[in-house]
Amino acid sequence: MPNDIIFTVNNLKVHFDISSPFITRLINGAPKLVLKAVDGLSFRIRRGETFSLVGESGCGKSTVARAVSGLYSVTSGDIIIDGQNLAEVKNKSKITDISRRMQMIFQSPYASLDPRWRVRDIIAEPIRAFGLAKNKEDERSQVEKLLRQVGLSERDGEKFPHEFSGGQRQRISIARALSSRPEFLICDEPTSALDVSVQAQILNLMTELQDELGLTYLFISHDLAVIDHISDWIGVMYLGRVCEITPKAALFSNPLHPYTRLLLETIPDLKGNNKRSPLEGEVPSPITPPSGCTFHPRCPFAKERCKRERPELITLGESQVACHAVEEKRL
Amino acid sequence: MRKEQTLTWWGRFVDHDVTYSFLHSPVTVIASIVTVLMIIAAFCAPVLTSYTPFVPGSLNLLDAFMPPAWEPGGVSEHFLGTDGQGRDILAAIMYGTQVSLTVGLLSVLLSIAIGIPLGIIAGYNGGWVDTAIMRIADIQLTIPPILIALMIDGVTRTSLSSEVHELVAIPVLIVSIGLASWPQYARITRSGAMVERRKDYIAAAQLIQTPTALILLRHIFPNVVGPTLIVATIGVAVAIIIEATLSFLGVGVPPTTPSLGTLIRIGNNFLFSGEWWITLFPAFTLVVLVLSVNLIGDWLRDTFNPKLR
Repeated sequence: MPNDIIFTVNNLKVHFDISSPFITRLINGAPKLVLKAVDGLSFRIRRGETFSLVGESGCGKSTVARAVSGLYSVTSGDIIIDGQNLAEVKNKSKITDISRRMQMIFQSPYASLDPRWRVRDIIAEPIRAFGLAKNKEDERSQVEKLLRQVGLSERDGEKFPHEFSGGQRQRISIARALSSRPEFLICDEPTSALDVSVQAQILNLMTELQDELGLTYLFISHDLAVIDHISDWIGVMYLGRVCEITPKAALFSNPLHPYTRLLLETIPDLKGNNKRSPLEGEVPSPITPPSGCTFHPRCPFAKERCKRERPELITLGESQVACHAVEEKRL
Repeated sequence: MRKEQTLTWWGRFVDHDVTYSFLHSPVTVIASIVTVLMIIAAFCAPVLTSYTPFVPGSLNLLDAFMPPAWEPGGVSEHFLGTDGQGRDILAAIMYGTQVSLTVGLLSVLLSIAIGIPLGIIAGYNGGWVDTAIMRIADIQLTIPPILIALMIDGVTRTSLSSEVHELVAIPVLIVSIGLASWPQYARITRSGAMVERRKDYIAAAQLIQTPTALILLRHIFPNVVGPTLIVATIGVAVAIIIEATLSFLGVGVPPTTPSLGTLIRIGNNFLFSGEWWITLFPAFTLVVLVLSVNLIGDWLRDTFNPKLR
């Protein structure tokens, strides 16, 4: 069903005021400083699919995850879940319902579990918060089922988080996220703190759970190998904006945006292919972003127009891309 | 090979790092034994001694100024001698320690009860709430506890009749010491709360719409309370010293229910006329009590500070 969009983000902007305190500004005559972490981001996710956001560190991936989940307040733009615009929902029971259906898995498995709580209490916290268990017995059996589902044993519920390895802790995080029976999971780099071998286990577990429970994922990562493993659709982010949205196969076979091409060239290979030219420079500061297309200082195809005019997303077949060079058929 | 984790709580207790560290610190073991013995002696005083040194009718002036038992003229009935009114020094010390410990413990409890919640609220919220609470704490810190105690004591002494004042003297002392030392507990919990609130388990709790009060109570509090309790142990010793100082100055507990500080002050009058035992034994008790509690506090601090392990 191509029209079954569960999740839409429209022109999302998240700005942070990072200016010095008022008095200091008054004395030094310093202007207000605004960090545009996310500046006009749009994407859509179909039910049951995985949409990944990929980009270098500092491009605003995690800010998107936290804004979408409601942890950061949104400066402007719409976040629409199942036809409900989050900004317009004021009814308390509806807010509760939305937060039940949307859960989050965090990057660090060491900071995302309360060290003083037993695992069974950690997993049961959402069940209690949303009143999903009929009684203690029911809650217990739900927790045990979740533990088995993520590949842990029932007895692990009695332990504390510090008794587990990073991969096991991430399994606990997943069990906790699933305990409120969500439909939509926001995964903020859930594997980046893990060993490569454990990463694969966690990704496989997430794929299995997606098939079993019909989950929709918003997956944040900087690792193209991880993205390749799990995604259906990929959005490439650069400095708070999306420069390309494309199905997974197209991204790896036929990248459109110059930034995507450069990203793909940075993937190491074992054949000693020395033609690779490394991506030069770093992501510019989002406080003082470059004019026009924010990528133009690093772009080998940049022309005068790129410095003046900000490119908008244009549709090319299944993909969307924001680049003057592509639009002008120079690429 | 480590055994499978099926130990009983006792087995886990014996096996624990903290127990090991405790048993391998002879100073701490001795300090704990001394502290426990003093607590027992203080709170079981009515059972352990037949003297009632603060019931005026039970005293005999003929027993006054008896030296300790091993001195010439001493008797074994009054092992540490008697004071100017014929009170048995050992019994007076036991009852005095009871008052000192009560004031020390309760005032620290009061400080914690004020300091921990304020510290957690300041650290979790940040911003102007934090600024407001911590500035009040700073102002509080500039006023020494003795000054606060003198003020409160002065006010209650003039506004209440002397009988009523004697009744409320000890609560007043507890409140004034407790009020004076909450900022240090607030500071410790605040710094802990500032670290914890940025961790993802707090974000996870916020995501499921957990009310802020519950996040503070169930997540922040258990994770920041440890260091505060360790400092509180040393705080008990400090509170006992402050109480003794105030009582020595005559603004603390009334002479009818003397603490160690009051006993030292009473004995001090006789020091130059040769009756040294009246002031020396309470003073020695105070030193041993405060030292023991401090040593336990130091050990707790070192054991639970991962950087020093």
